[in-house]
Amino acid sequence: MSSPSDIMDIAIVISFVALALGQLLSMVRLVIGPTPGDRILALDTMVINALGLVVMVGIFQGVQVYFEVTLLIAMLGFVSTVALARFILRGDIIE
Amino acid sequence: MTAMDIGYLSVAFCLLVGSGFVLVGVFGLLKFNDPMTRLHAPTKVGTLGIGMFLLASMIHSFLVGDRSYHEPLIMAFLFVTAPISAHFIAKVNIHKRACETPPSPPRDDTWSTLTDPDVEKEAEADAAKARE
Repeated sequence: MSSPSDIMDIAIVISFVALALGQLLSMVRLVIGPTPGDRILALDTMVINALGLVVMVGIFQGVQVYFEVTLLIAMLGFVSTVALARFILRGDIIE
Repeated sequence: MTAMDIGYLSVAFCLLVGSGFVLVGVFGLLKFNDPMTRLHAPTKVGTLGIGMFLLASMIHSFLVGDRSYHEPLIMAFLFVTAPISAHFIAKVNIHKRACETPPSPPRDDTWSTLTDPDVEKEAEADAAKARE
């Protein structure tokens, strides 16, 4: 019978593996994805997964400093997704 | 079982549910065979998966004793921006004709952004020439 603390450590390892696998699989979609929309979607998913990895590093080390990193990655990911979509739609980002 | 044990177990539960949603969403992104159905799968990664990870991070910070109330802020930001970026990607799909074109609007004949006016003018000119 393992203690709840050990169960949490195993769960942390499992979520690291899940997020890394998610990065790899969305990278496959980024390479093969036939339409530009699929490529933007794969990049957006990769940004979200990177966000999850930073959150997991924060849990693993038990420190609070990764909050700013997470928020910055979230903002940059949103802005870059919208900019890429607008560039494909209009041929220009700021008209 | 003490309160600490319940906290550790709830952190583990949130992490497992979150990684399950991440795997399901990314698997859907890879396996679906239509751009619009591929669009719906990774939204689970953004909202439920990362939301569960952030909840686990918050519970863990309370367990460690270093209280943190930052996570709901990131969660709210993600929940607000996820539909907007999905909407833009759907617009890219529609305008690139990667999916079925939506049916015509109820009052006008065509969508103003979907149909290219130059192409239509040329078609009208060709039709006029054919009539002459």
